[in-house]
Amino acid sequence: MSQFLQLFFSGTTVGATYALAALGFSMIYNASGVINFAQGEFIMLGGMVAAVLSAAGVSLPLAILAAVVVVTLVGLLIEKLAIEPARDADITSIIIITIGVAMIVRGAVEVTLGKASHALPHFSGEKPIAIGGATLLPQSLWVMAVTTLVVVALALFFGRTRMGKGILATAHNRLAAQLVGVDVKKVLLASFGLAAALGAVGGILIAPIATTSYDAGLMLGLKGFVAATFGGLGSGVGAIAGGVLLGLIETMTAGYVSSAYKDAVPFVLVLVVLVVRPRGLFGLGSTDRV
Amino acid sequence: MKTLLSAALAAITLVSPLALAPVQAADPIRIGSVLSATGPAAFLGDPEVKTLQLYVEKLNAAGGIAGRKIELVTYDDGSDAAKANGFAKRLIEDDKVDVILGGTTTGATMGMVPLVEKAEIPFISLAGAVVIVEPVKKWVFKTPHTDRMAAEKIFADMKKRGLTKLALVSETSGFGQSGRKETIASAAKAGIEIVADETYGPKDTDVTAQLTKIKGIAGVQAILVFGLGQGPAIVTKNIAQLGITLPHYESHGVASEEYIKLSGAAAEGVRLPAAALIVADALPASDPQKPVVTGYAKAYTEAFKSEVSTFGGHAYDALMIYADAVKRAGSTDKPKVRDAIEATKGFVGTGGVVNMSATDHMGLDLSAFRMLEIKGGKWTLVD
Repeated sequence: MSQFLQLFFSGTTVGATYALAALGFSMIYNASGVINFAQGEFIMLGGMVAAVLSAAGVSLPLAILAAVVVVTLVGLLIEKLAIEPARDADITSIIIITIGVAMIVRGAVEVTLGKASHALPHFSGEKPIAIGGATLLPQSLWVMAVTTLVVVALALFFGRTRMGKGILATAHNRLAAQLVGVDVKKVLLASFGLAAALGAVGGILIAPIATTSYDAGLMLGLKGFVAATFGGLGSGVGAIAGGVLLGLIETMTAGYVSSAYKDAVPFVLVLVVLVVRPRGLFGLGSTDRV
Repeated sequence: MKTLLSAALAAITLVSPLALAPVQAADPIRIGSVLSATGPAAFLGDPEVKTLQLYVEKLNAAGGIAGRKIELVTYDDGSDAAKANGFAKRLIEDDKVDVILGGTTTGATMGMVPLVEKAEIPFISLAGAVVIVEPVKKWVFKTPHTDRMAAEKIFADMKKRGLTKLALVSETSGFGQSGRKETIASAAKAGIEIVADETYGPKDTDVTAQLTKIKGIAGVQAILVFGLGQGPAIVTKNIAQLGITLPHYESHGVASEEYIKLSGAAAEGVRLPAAALIVADALPASDPQKPVVTGYAKAYTEAFKSEVSTFGGHAYDALMIYADAVKRAGSTDKPKVRDAIEATKGFVGTGGVVNMSATDHMGLDLSAFRMLEIKGGKWTLVD
């Protein structure tokens, strides 16, 4: 039992980080139909900036705040400089642009912040909490709590605010949204800023547990993308469910079957889900696929 | 006019090889290298590149090797073993180098081996796995210790502490899997029983699932983690999180300050085999390696303001073994230099005392490894 509990804790922690990454994918996908492959780099950048600042003596809360601001600005800049000029191009081209942007961000971080791995201090100590024979790091609680908060905040944003509704409307029908007065240019900009901030938060939350380096975004981005497709691209609930399920399946496979199949089992499951339900577990509506 | 021009051109082409001939004798020695200066293996490749640049500069300032200056050509394979082969081809065919140093990783090295064997050019690898020199390949040498030696050194230490049942956690990287294979292969002979055999990915953020499984296995007496870079630091932190207090061994793959920094207090009491370089200052004055390792450590830290790692040391050893061989061979003639490298005896490097032979293209024995323990965030010698 304690083994199951331990695996459950580990799985949900890992899953929550995947979920945060998946939410970022869904956000931009919702606003533009684009899969932003630079999402992983937002995660990496958040962790890296916070870690470097904190190592330089900046207090942790300040370092975290600064990192979120910096990454959000980077997200806005990317939209302005790389995505907006290409807004008339088809979606596939924009997706390819995001891959290029990801490489540039990764390279820039490698050159400016170095190649070494960094660890951020844990937010509230490293002493594990023992529950029923299993242990949980306080940082894991942070990850889960903040993820939940973010989800609630996003639900309110999309359901209750003009801006949020505008984003959803743009995703549904760009021309119609424009006709009823939604500033679609602003919507896209806002979605990039939000996705970047979201990525930064995720990256900062897991940096104490997982350590971070300039190339950490690659794997997290990939897992987040898989989680988002698993749950259904564009669906907030789907991103969360996909992320947590992916994390749980991974750890349960490692714990009960063999760690050799840890990465293979979830990917096979995702394939099965996509064959049975091409839009993912919670995917809705029809949008163009690439 | 046209004919005059072509005649002149023809004359130049005819004369130039002759005109160049005397210059060629003082031509620089061209040393090529393919290293992983960027990518996941950058923490290995980066100090290697820096070391080569630093010491080529130093050798040139002192008049070069046997009176000839050295020219260094380096390529970065970005930790992608598949790219190494292409760069090796370029070094051989376009850059016409006299020797190739490198292959930061075993994958990159093995990718280049067929090319250097065919081109018959001396090749000194900086990667760890046994397969590089076993079976012996005519033109291929290596300077780092092998993973088999690391496993044997750990087994010897376990025996001393009366431990025989080992849980193995290895990384799915080339280094980790080669380490896993060698550990399992040499365990029986050393009287060690492997009771758990788990793996993790180099970019995994959590390994508690595998460790929970190990925790549930009865009779485990020690844990050995075989990996590189940040992975082992995460495993180490997870071991502390789960409250596992078993003796914990790491491989020589984490013998750098970064591991202690990333793992923090969790690294306390961890033991690992490593080259003397890591504990340069703690070595007794009578140690034959003392002058070499302290000299290298001082030069490196002064030049780059960062800690030395054994990996940079491997590059130093490779460069110096080649320089030594060229001096003894009296030329850069490839077959002669190859024979001279194979005849290296009593060469004191950062990795140990090197005695090569026709059957041993690495030339190190277990004495080259020191068993270290992390105490108070510092490396200390166990024996």
